[in-house]
Amino acid sequence: MANTQGTTGLLGWIDERFPLTKMMREHLTEYYAPKNFNFWYFFGSLALLVLVNQILTGIWLTMSYKPSAADAFASVEYIMRDVDWGWLIRYMHSTGASAFFVVVYLHMFRALIYGSYKKPRELIWIFGVLIFVALMAEAFMGYLLPWGQMSYWGAQVIVNLFSAIPVIGPDLSVWIRGDFVVSDATLNRFFSLHVIAVPLVLVGLVVAHILALHEVGSNNPDGVEIKKGPKGNRWDPKAPADGIPFHPYYTVKDLVGVGVFLLFFSFVIFFAPEMGGYFLEHPNFDPADPMKTPPHIAPVWYFTPFYAILRAVPSFAGTQVWGVLAMGAAIVMLFFLPWLDRSPVKSIRYRGLLFKLVLAAFIVSFLILGYLGALPTTPARTTLAQVCSVIYFAFFFVLPILPWFEKTKPVPERVTAK
Amino acid sequence: MKKIIIALAFLILPGLSLAAGGGYPLEKAPIDLHDKASLQKGAKLYVNYCMGCHSLEYQRYNRLARDIGLTDDQVKDNLIFTGAKVGETMKNAMPKADAKRWFGVTPPDLTVISRSRGVDYLYTYLQTFYLDPTRPFGVNNAAFPNAGMPHVLWELQGMQKAVYESHKDHDGNETKVLKGFELVQPGSMSPPEFKEAMADLTNFLAYVGEPIQLERQWIGIWVLLFLALLTVVFYLLKKEYWKDVH
Repeated sequence: MANTQGTTGLLGWIDERFPLTKMMREHLTEYYAPKNFNFWYFFGSLALLVLVNQILTGIWLTMSYKPSAADAFASVEYIMRDVDWGWLIRYMHSTGASAFFVVVYLHMFRALIYGSYKKPRELIWIFGVLIFVALMAEAFMGYLLPWGQMSYWGAQVIVNLFSAIPVIGPDLSVWIRGDFVVSDATLNRFFSLHVIAVPLVLVGLVVAHILALHEVGSNNPDGVEIKKGPKGNRWDPKAPADGIPFHPYYTVKDLVGVGVFLLFFSFVIFFAPEMGGYFLEHPNFDPADPMKTPPHIAPVWYFTPFYAILRAVPSFAGTQVWGVLAMGAAIVMLFFLPWLDRSPVKSIRYRGLLFKLVLAAFIVSFLILGYLGALPTTPARTTLAQVCSVIYFAFFFVLPILPWFEKTKPVPERVTAK
Repeated sequence: MKKIIIALAFLILPGLSLAAGGGYPLEKAPIDLHDKASLQKGAKLYVNYCMGCHSLEYQRYNRLARDIGLTDDQVKDNLIFTGAKVGETMKNAMPKADAKRWFGVTPPDLTVISRSRGVDYLYTYLQTFYLDPTRPFGVNNAAFPNAGMPHVLWELQGMQKAVYESHKDHDGNETKVLKGFELVQPGSMSPPEFKEAMADLTNFLAYVGEPIQLERQWIGIWVLLFLALLTVVFYLLKKEYWKDVH
């Protein structure tokens, strides 16, 4: 006896009780994605792949890692030396952390160039920025766990930022650490947050991100709404004419991306796991020593743009809180992007030269800030960081007035090429 | 408030870091982890001259034996002086508290020192102890100025003194720059012999820092070959499926 999905047997039995086939259709075989996705559309599925990698390798690391100030450093070396394939699991996790940010930054860049954050995709973007924030929290707390010198002093510096907040700051930072300095108590709670709390939030946000995407449909390099275009394709007379089923078309296409990504990923894991000190910082092979401050405390590369903004803002009226606020604002501004960009044209392909220049200035300033954030400061570097910080923030304030001056090109009715 | 000042100090401190280094150019260490003879000589030097103070507490003797081409018995007879079992890690007997009193700092464990400081630093450090009567042990080091460590290898290297070069800046101020060294008392090894011995010792520490490194690169080649093949298959699969998308 067939049910509403037309399935019989075991699958039919399940479908009468659980929307298995229904979900498969909604999200895979009958989710119609624009047929003109290009290179930039690989990074969403890759981010999902890296998330799975982090969760699986994380589970296995947790089996041998000891979250205590006395044992943490030694347990990581135990994993590296005595646990079968422990070195591989650890490198997959440490390289995965950096890979996560690589693919997420590229994924966000895709949204910027094709206007993927614009109506009706504001919530997808907001969930996405929340994922980015959760990811930063996850990476920050995870970095404390090896209990090396950079783990320790990096955490010390970042938690101390909270103490710059007027009135409640000092108490707040003690509350976060659970001690007056970063200590065993801090390590324990960061471990708890890193392995369970933040990952739960992260997975929940990823589900929300994808559900919201499948509700409105994917954007594409032309910024054309395929749902508003003509109807009817080979699979469904009511589906968008420019849409193709996500499965099998984009699942097989994404597999190519997965293959290429894994080539790069594996190259780092097997031949350059420290990535010249960028993925695993050299001073982190010295065990944490609360009595010895390293000469140069640098965050891992994915935090450096924001760290550079923090350092670029001078203290004013006797407090450094402005730098902290600026760093926070650098992330918070992202949430408002859908409403700050008022151009009706989504894709960079049909936007004016002005937008391209403004976006290029934003990206270049972000990259320079990233470069500067990894280096010790000098007066010249600080000046450059200040200039770049101003450009970074100027982007958000220029966007709303851009349409007054920008000469856009006509947007086609249908997606172009294939 | 004090904590805020400390926090601020961390933000400013990085700017001072360049001043902290020795400034002496590091010499490139000739690392060859395939050279088992070199690793064995390095291991012997280490247990004889270094391990009394510097443990390798994450390195197991039997792992060492396997990786550098020795039998467990050879390791027991030649490298274990502490009565440790061959399956144990390379700890030493020096009490940490006493060590701190003797040297000012506890001599650090050196298992992963090659990963934190780099092999070039170690290679240079080992060769650049020089006479300096102002220091407690009578020697200083070019790679690590004011190092707390005595020159434990002096009987091999002998003693050398620093040779300075004077520079005058625009204002006519003279600054002395460490140029090189001159042997004042020969050791049991000739300078080329000592250099080679330090290369072996550095090589050994490079191995101890990450025992898996040779194996992982070997595995990596197969992984990359497999993935390259897999990617080709994926690409062909994609091409086949996308034939009908126009």
